[in-house]
Amino acid sequence: MTARDLTKATADELSRTLAAGEASSVEVTQAHIDRIAAVDGAIHAFLHVDAEGALATAADIDKRRAAGEKLHGLAGVPIAVKDIVATIGLPTTCGSAILKGWIPPYDATITQRIKAAGLPILGKTNMDEFAMGSSTEHSAYGPTHNPWDTTRIPGGSGGGSAAAVAAFEAPLAIGTDTGGSIRQPGALTGTVGVKPTYGGVSRYGLVALASSLDQAGPVTRSVLDAALLHELIAGHDPMDSTSINEPTPDVVAAARRAEVKGLRVGVITELGGEGFQAGVRARFDEAVGLLTSAGAEVVEVSLPSLEYALAAYYLVMPSEASSNLARFDAMRYGIRVPPADNDDPSAEQVMASSRDAGFGDEVKRRIILGTYALSSGYYDAYYGSAQKVRTLLSRDFAAAFATVDVLVSPTSPTTAFPLGDKLDDPLSMYLQDVATIPANLVGIPGLSLPIGLADEDNLPVGLQFLAPAKADDRLYNAAAALEALLESKWGGLPLLAQAPELEVAR
Amino acid sequence: MTATETLVPFDEALTRYDPVMGLEIHIELNTATKMFCGCPTGFGAEPNTQTCPVCLALPGALPVVNAKAVESAIRMGLALNCEIAEWCRFARKNYFYPDMPKNFQTSQYDEPIAYDGYVDVDVDGETYRIEIERAHMEEDTGKSLHVGGSTGRIQGADFSLVDYNRAGIPLIEIVTRTIEVPGDKAPAVARAYVSHVRDLIGGLGVSDVRMDQGSLRADVNLSLKPKGSSALGTRSETKNVNSFRSVERAVRFEVSRHAGILDAGGKVIQETRHFHEDTGTTSSGREKSDADDYRYFPEPDLAPVSPSREWVEELRKTLPEPPAVRRARLQADWGFSDLDMRDTIGAGALDLITATVELGTTPQAAKKWWLGEMARRANETGVDIDALGITPQQVAEIQKLIDDGRINDKLAREVFDGVIAGEGTPEEVVVARKLEVVSDDGALGAAVDRAIEADPDAAQKIRDGKQAAAGALIGAVMKEMRGQADAGRVRELIIEKLS
Ligand SMILES: [Zn+2]
Repeated sequence: MTARDLTKATADELSRTLAAGEASSVEVTQAHIDRIAAVDGAIHAFLHVDAEGALATAADIDKRRAAGEKLHGLAGVPIAVKDIVATIGLPTTCGSAILKGWIPPYDATITQRIKAAGLPILGKTNMDEFAMGSSTEHSAYGPTHNPWDTTRIPGGSGGGSAAAVAAFEAPLAIGTDTGGSIRQPGALTGTVGVKPTYGGVSRYGLVALASSLDQAGPVTRSVLDAALLHELIAGHDPMDSTSINEPTPDVVAAARRAEVKGLRVGVITELGGEGFQAGVRARFDEAVGLLTSAGAEVVEVSLPSLEYALAAYYLVMPSEASSNLARFDAMRYGIRVPPADNDDPSAEQVMASSRDAGFGDEVKRRIILGTYALSSGYYDAYYGSAQKVRTLLSRDFAAAFATVDVLVSPTSPTTAFPLGDKLDDPLSMYLQDVATIPANLVGIPGLSLPIGLADEDNLPVGLQFLAPAKADDRLYNAAAALEALLESKWGGLPLLAQAPELEVAR
Repeated sequence: MTATETLVPFDEALTRYDPVMGLEIHIELNTATKMFCGCPTGFGAEPNTQTCPVCLALPGALPVVNAKAVESAIRMGLALNCEIAEWCRFARKNYFYPDMPKNFQTSQYDEPIAYDGYVDVDVDGETYRIEIERAHMEEDTGKSLHVGGSTGRIQGADFSLVDYNRAGIPLIEIVTRTIEVPGDKAPAVARAYVSHVRDLIGGLGVSDVRMDQGSLRADVNLSLKPKGSSALGTRSETKNVNSFRSVERAVRFEVSRHAGILDAGGKVIQETRHFHEDTGTTSSGREKSDADDYRYFPEPDLAPVSPSREWVEELRKTLPEPPAVRRARLQADWGFSDLDMRDTIGAGALDLITATVELGTTPQAAKKWWLGEMARRANETGVDIDALGITPQQVAEIQKLIDDGRINDKLAREVFDGVIAGEGTPEEVVVARKLEVVSDDGALGAAVDRAIEADPDAAQKIRDGKQAAAGALIGAVMKEMRGQADAGRVRELIIEKLS
């Protein structure tokens, strides 16, 4: 393969290429580092690139492979990691000024698994500050640009991971999804993004946004690649007491099975009507038609509590965030900014001024919202009611999954919008996640698959599959089947083959 | 606190008001590791050497509940006659403080592990039932050290250091319902309750229960209500009460202080107050207000705790015998009178005497030293009896020296002085202070001869068969030998020489 081929290949292809000795991990890794150097000036998917560390891992894997050691299937395949995941020796800023320069002394559990499997870590990817946002514009280090149109946002909060994969800067990336931060950028960049079942992947070492909603997952260019990465990072972790202590479903086998004949598919009535862009609806309807033609039994399913989901989410998430982010107080780590007009400040005053200087507007907005929602006298009306909505929603989903195997909806109501378009309109930004949020509220898994380009703007559209908790394998089976049906329509090529060539910096 | 605050004498205050108390006891568990991480919990390590990403609240770190701490909490709840929750959660108590790494304390709020219990305490022959509202699990904070300035307090300090070794140590907080007992008994009941809980928890082996080291800390909440009224007054919460005696004094002082404010037509402020060991007074700490909103919500990082009924019943079987049963048994074993037993418990000496007897000392001798000598010293110096610096082991060793005839009771008191002063073991003190009684016949014989010569009348009486007269001569010999003579041998020598 040429260097260019190496960056276009899927992780599964690279895995086989490496195993066959047709390329070394150093070559594969170097090709991606070169690609990052060439295009990331325009994309800004990375906050930090660790060429040296990645190449050292690659060289080590090459040596071990040459010595005949039995290696993990993804050994030597490079990966990008969202900047919210703790990595020893690599800055971990969460896209926030308050953690500028912070280098964790410990690895997240998923970092440990990635390192143990021998995947070279290319660097840390950009994100909305503390994962709060749907556009990656709320990064303290500047926005990420959508590789399909660099004047547009890549989605968020994990716009960096999605854009890195879409721009062929990395074959694999780690994202985190609290309300859609893996799936919505996946839809907007034409990549595959999966939020596993809550508790399926360890949260130890993921800087928490909302503890009861956060989940890490794969960002890739194919369903099989997502399954391979999912298999690597999933599984019980005694360091996370919300981690599920059961075997992970065989997602890789499910992705290889790719059979929807007889599969019962429910189209969610409440997601797809008003507020959804025409081109999004058209591609979604076509995709559902493909599933039907392949033998799936498609029915419409209503989830009546869904109308409260967004409101419940914007109480639970800020409430938990307001408490989770309290630790950023300039006492033990992070930037320390003493008050300007006070020569002898107290610790509390230093905390306040540092938080004022270190947090961006969206973070402050959510801390204030959450602090208010948890306040004595308001708790029952806000946080308490929101938790009740979660219970109602869980019942709705349980009832739906009694009759169907998977649910589908458009992943995002719109395609990628221009940078700056919604920055001053937080409510319309929050609506971006209307279809993805329910899965987080009830802890079920979701997958976004690219299903084509909207007619009106030629930008990618995603379809979301949802499955019952701990049945992540159903997502992979259904999505891989639809992926194959779509790619045969697109001449045997993935959607990203239609993406415009990026200008390469010299 | 206003400078003009007047105190009303305790007895006078009781003529117009009835005190209402609530007691909160924090117990530090002696688990090998912290509440939510694997860090060791040993006391006195170098600052910040017993820490990890979890207890330093590094970004991304997550807690995991220490199962041993849950077990200790359940056993404690059972010992306090509590119900054990079938399902309960932790909650976050949110507030900013530099020694609290997460800026929230992981605690239990409305779902405690143990609730609705009681203990019975005895004061002056009366039994009082103290109702326990709840016993819940939580984590300790770090410790701030304020450097510079004169007070050691944060105000005026040049800078502060924080030691996070203590952050995350498991704590159990035991909260009583309001305690209303006859006012004159209130201070003693408060003391007896804390002492009782100390003995109870100590017996479980789940904590060191050392007030002087902070592994048992008591807060005294107190309000007054006018006699004949049923309306509760505003309460103060006195912290930093570090001995049983201080519990008693804090109650007395707060009764006097509240009465002074109420008599003057003032309003008691709801606030935390600090107790001062030296003066026996309290001073204003932090005012509580509506702004104190801890924004409690269930801790989403921790799975609920749901101890099975089977496990709870297994743990119930591990409880030591109940205190009342134990006391009756010990009283019978020791042959103590009811009064002896009451004094023993009042002095907080039950465990000390038990341990001393177990080391081979007779119950009567153990009682003599602990209730006579040590209780007196504790009273004089104002410390609790177990904080005097004398252990059951040392008492047993000193009694052995007496039994072997090497010292007598009078010399033993000097040995206690030496041991308390840190001069070494009883044996070392005896040698260093040259306290051993003289039983060498040469030296004693010479002294006896001098005594006979000096008191011919007494000598003649003995020669005439009146052995009781020997006392005068023995006294003279003891005086000459500065108490260090073997009195038995002296008597023998006198009789020998004069018969
Ligand atoms: Zn620790």
